Formats: sequence, structure tokens, C-alpha cells
Amino acid sequence: MLDKVSRRHVLAGLGTGAMAAGFVPIAFEAAGASHPTAPSAQQKDRQWAMVIDLRKCDGCKKCTDACQEEHQLPANFEWIKVFQVSDKQGRSYFMPRPCFQCENAPCLRVCPVAATFRAQDGVVLVDQDRCIGCRMCMAACPYGARYFNYVDPPAAASPLAHPATPEFPVPQQKGTVGKCMFCVHRSADGKLPACVEACNMLALYIGDLVEDVATNGEETVRLSTFIKENDAFRYKEDLNTGPRVYYIAGHGQNLEF
Amino acid sequence: MDAKTHELYVDRAMWNIGKTGPLWWAIVAVLGACVAGAAYAWIYQLQRGLGVTGLNQKVSWGFYIINCVFFIGISYGGAMTSAILRLTNAKWRAPITRLAEGTAVVALLVGAVYPLVDLGRPDRFLYLLQYGQVGSPVLWDFVAISTYLIASIVFLYLPLIPDLATCRDKYQGTARGLRGWTYRVFALGWSGEPRQERALLRGIGVMAVLIIPLAVSVHSVLAWLFAVTVRGGWHSTIFAPLFVIAAMLSGVAAVILVIAGFRAGYGLQRFITARHFRYLSYLLIALDAAYLYFMVSEYLTEGYVAEASSGPVLEALFVGAYAVPFWSFVVGGLLLPLVLAALPGRRAIARACVASVLVIGGMWLKRFLIVVPGMAEPLMPWDWGLYQPTWVEIAITIGSAAAIPLGLMIFFFFFPVMSVHEMEEVEGVSEPARPALVSAFAGGGDD
Repeated sequence: MLDKVSRRHVLAGLGTGAMAAGFVPIAFEAAGASHPTAPSAQQKDRQWAMVIDLRKCDGCKKCTDACQEEHQLPANFEWIKVFQVSDKQGRSYFMPRPCFQCENAPCLRVCPVAATFRAQDGVVLVDQDRCIGCRMCMAACPYGARYFNYVDPPAAASPLAHPATPEFPVPQQKGTVGKCMFCVHRSADGKLPACVEACNMLALYIGDLVEDVATNGEETVRLSTFIKENDAFRYKEDLNTGPRVYYIAGHGQNLEF
Repeated sequence: MDAKTHELYVDRAMWNIGKTGPLWWAIVAVLGACVAGAAYAWIYQLQRGLGVTGLNQKVSWGFYIINCVFFIGISYGGAMTSAILRLTNAKWRAPITRLAEGTAVVALLVGAVYPLVDLGRPDRFLYLLQYGQVGSPVLWDFVAISTYLIASIVFLYLPLIPDLATCRDKYQGTARGLRGWTYRVFALGWSGEPRQERALLRGIGVMAVLIIPLAVSVHSVLAWLFAVTVRGGWHSTIFAPLFVIAAMLSGVAAVILVIAGFRAGYGLQRFITARHFRYLSYLLIALDAAYLYFMVSEYLTEGYVAEASSGPVLEALFVGAYAVPFWSFVVGGLLLPLVLAALPGRRAIARACVASVLVIGGMWLKRFLIVVPGMAEPLMPWDWGLYQPTWVEIAITIGSAAAIPLGLMIFFFFFPVMSVHEMEEVEGVSEPARPALVSAFAGGGDD
């Protein structure tokens, strides 16, 4: 019963969100229409989200390594970056930060050429064929989740059989901005994002707000119940950016950073 | 207006046209070398990408954005000085308006190049037209800067028309080719008829009014580039007016230096006197004090609360990593110039020039202290960034600063350095009595 109520609650919330989403990005929709988007990104019946269980993360950075291998990124491109946080009690814990795929994304508003846009599955993508490299989005992002290609990406071990797309922008283009996009190219094949798959501690969950499920590869949970029962929070929630990444605290740390 | 005075004016304003000398060539050579160095550095950067700069994933805006704001600010002061003096009908403006308007255009041309230098993909610059998004501050900048550029060129050109006609008549036999053609065509058949005079006066009046909101809009939009983000030290409601005052302050200082330079170089002492420097110093004092007030208001309201976002930035400025440049700016770039310009007494010109140098240096430093700590501040827990500019950024910065005097010298190689027409116009019109406050500060007579 409780499950049903919370599920309905989440769906109702999504409905309002979808209405708002349909209303706000009018300016981006027109230009976004010409973007090449894979069928996976056009699915409105998926709204990707992530849950990160800070109780489990041991800071091994396997997620970062897997991401860099998947996207052929240099070492300083930490699309999922693991921060070591020392709290006010003097304890420390680890906090991985992917792109939060904000519902009210500041990066999206400031882009002068609509190179960055939201796919219908809720993920914020960058069209590197469009990006002019002004880096306004990097100034706007409150989480430092965006990375600029100052130099050419490292040479690939073997050339890829397909051209780079916003869902799978590999190899990266010099002079443009890139970021985490929840590996939506992998979910099209039913695979987990590279970081989730690589996490030995099973701390990362990829989820879908529509289906209301999330999985770390081992266990599958009901997303709404999971974040509610574990008192999940969203980083800098007061900024009203509406991140789609939830953190589960649990080291006794207070949440003042 | 007797013919003798006219001859004198023409003589003094135009003797330099087409004339060079060892000193002129020496200065042009030094400035030209700096500009060539900047051009080399830019080509080097275009070939290799922004990786040759000191910019990084954390501090992704640096010298180029600082310089863009700085040089457009300089331009703003030139335009505003001229516009305000025209609108308040200050008679003493006549010998300096051309220099002020010229500075406005040249500095703007330099500043407007910087967004292009900063782009990761300058080849896609025109995407701004093709895919422009009205919601983006970058597009606001693009529109505001291009509008203001056109307006400031018109503002320089209109008062130049009668002088172009004078040049056309004076150099009828001697100036051939492109130069003679330029005078002839751009004088637009000016003959000084009352009908033409009326039209010109109206045109200049309209431009003097228009240029003020245009310049205000440009600098406000530049401020919003920062203020619409959630970064500490940037997300501030006072940023637009603060940027406008900063621009005027640095711009008036630049005008003081430009007129001092051309006064000495082109022997204009008879027309540009200590009085001009004192009056411009009053403008400098007012703007300096206004900036101080705005800045205190900003830091007090933000620092008193010290929110999570702005607290670390203010701490870094006041007592942390950026404390030395910050307090150097406050003392050397704001307080000291204020005292130098405000003190009564002799050597008004020298004091105005030293104060202007300090103000200009200080305002560049202040832009650095806005851009870099705002970029370097920790967004995620404790990840302060570092920024170390490379030779590429330094060479481009030096070259672009040199381009302003160089551009002005080249411009005044072809066109009169003072507005002959305007000086004749105000000739014989008595100067309004000094306001009481001004004489209280002014001390002795002209020195």
C-alpha cells in the first residue's frame, strides 16, 4: 500500500515536472529539434536518475577510470569525480560527483547556441558539432561538472565504427565542452553506465523515475522508497537546480559542506 | 571668427597630418613590435588551441575575459566623457572631444576582439547569428557590443565631417589616392551652409544622448555574464552598476593619459591646459568615490552574512590567497589616486597623470580579482583552483594594450587631432562662471 501511494506520488510529481519541462525549454526545443538524437534519448517513458550510497563508497575511483576508458578521456577529465570530504567532526568520507542532469539546469539556459540541450529522457547532452567553446556553461554550473577540451583527446586504441553523437561523444572534440551523460548510449543496449558497472562497492545506482526502479547491478530497488527510507539528499538543493542525483549519507556526517 | 584664428586652429590641429619624425617612428616601432608579438601569440594559439594558455578545468576564464571587460570599460569612459561634456554644453570640451571619441572607438575595437580570442572554436563564431539563443548572456553581449561599436564609430564620425571638408580643401592638390578620396567622399559635400550645420548639430545631439544608454547597456550586460551565475562574488545584484562605474572610472583615466600624451607629442599646450586636467580630475574623483561606495556596499552586505558561496571568496580576498593584490588595489588603485587628484595645489597635470596610471592599473587588477577568485572558488567541497597565465596570454595582453596608442597615432596621422569646427563654434562664447564647489577645490588659477 505504502509502495502504491509513493509510486503514485512520484508519478504525479513527474507529471508536473513534465509539464514544467514542456513549458520552460521552449527556447531550446526549436534548435534542439535539429540535433541528431538516438532513439533511446527520444524515449519520454524513461527519466534517468542516479542514487549514490556514500556509506559504501571507499574512494577507489574505479568509476572514474571506467568512465575515462569508456569515453577515451585524458586523466584530468573526471566526468565522475571522487571528492574526499572532511566534515566538521573531523571525519572524512568520499563523494563521487557525476553530472547531476539538473531539471532546472543553469548550464542549459546560458548556452548561446543551444549546443547543450535536454534529451527527452531527461539527460542533459552537449552537441560538440555545435559548441563554440565560450565556456559560459562551465561558469554557470554550480557543481563543476563540465570539462573543456583544451587539447585534442588522446588517440584511441582502435577507431570507433560510428561517428560521435551527443549521446556518445567519443572521441571528444578539441575546443568544445564535454560532460557525463549517464552513458545513455549503453542504456540503449540494456547495459549499466560504465561507472555503475565498475563500482565494486555497489555504491552507484542508475534508476528511472518513470519505472520507479534503480539498480546497482546486484540489487534492484524501488527508487522512491529507497531514497525516502534512506533520507537521501540532493547536493546544494537550495539552489533549486533540481539535480537527478541523490546521495545517501550515513557516516554520521552532518550535511553542511 | 576671423580668418587668422581659423588658420591658427587648422594649423595646430592638422600640422601632424601626414607628418612623421624620428620620435614618431620610434614610438610606432615599439608599439608595433608589441602588437606583432600579440599577433604571433594569437596565431600560435589558433594553431594549437586554448591548451597553450594557463586556463584549466577549474579556472576556465582568465586574462581574455578580464581584458575584454577592461578594454571595453576604457572605451566606455571616452564615449561618456565626450557625451556628458556635450550634453552639459561644457565649452572647455572642444579641444579634447576628438581624442576622447577616438579613444572610445580604438579601445572598443581592441576589447571586442577578446571574446573571439577566448572562444574554443573561433571558426564557429557566426553560430551566434545562426543559432543564437535570446536567453544567453553571451548573445546579449554579442548584440550590445556590436550595437555600441557602430554607435561609437558614428559618434566619432559626425563631428569629423566638417574637419574632413577642411582637409579636403587644404590638401586638394597634395593628398592623392586613397587619402584624398577618403576626405572627399566622407566629407559628404560639406560646405558649412546653415542647413548642414543644423543637421549636424541635431545628429551629434542625438548621438550624445543615445551613446549613454548604449554604453550603460554594454557594461551592464558584461556584468550579467558573471552575475547570472551562482558563483560566490559574482551573483550580486549590484554588479551591473558597479561595472558601469568601474568602466567610467578607468575610461576617464585613459582619456587623461591620452590627452596628456598627444598634448606633449603634438604641441597642443595652448589648447589643452591644466584646466582640462583639473576638470577631468574632478570627474575622476567623483567616479573613484562612487566606486568605493558601491564596493563597500557590495562587500559589506555579502560579507556580513558570508553565505556558503560568497564566504570563501571574500575570505580569500580580504585575508587569504588574494589579499595582497586586493589591498594593493584598494590602497594604490582607489585611495591614493583619490588623494592625488583631490589635493589642491600645483602640478595638476602630473598629479592627474599619476592618478590615472594608478586607476588604470588598479581597475585591471580589480577585474582580475573578480574573474579569477570567482572561478577558482570551491564549488564542490574544498577544490580551490589555480591559474597561472602563460606567455601567450601575457603577450596578447601587452600587445592589445599597445594597440590603443598605436591605433590613435595612425588615426591622427590621417585626421585632425582636435575638432577645428567645434573649437570655432565655442570661440567667443564665454565660459559659464565656475560653480562654487569647483573653485573651492580648484585652488589657484591655471598653471
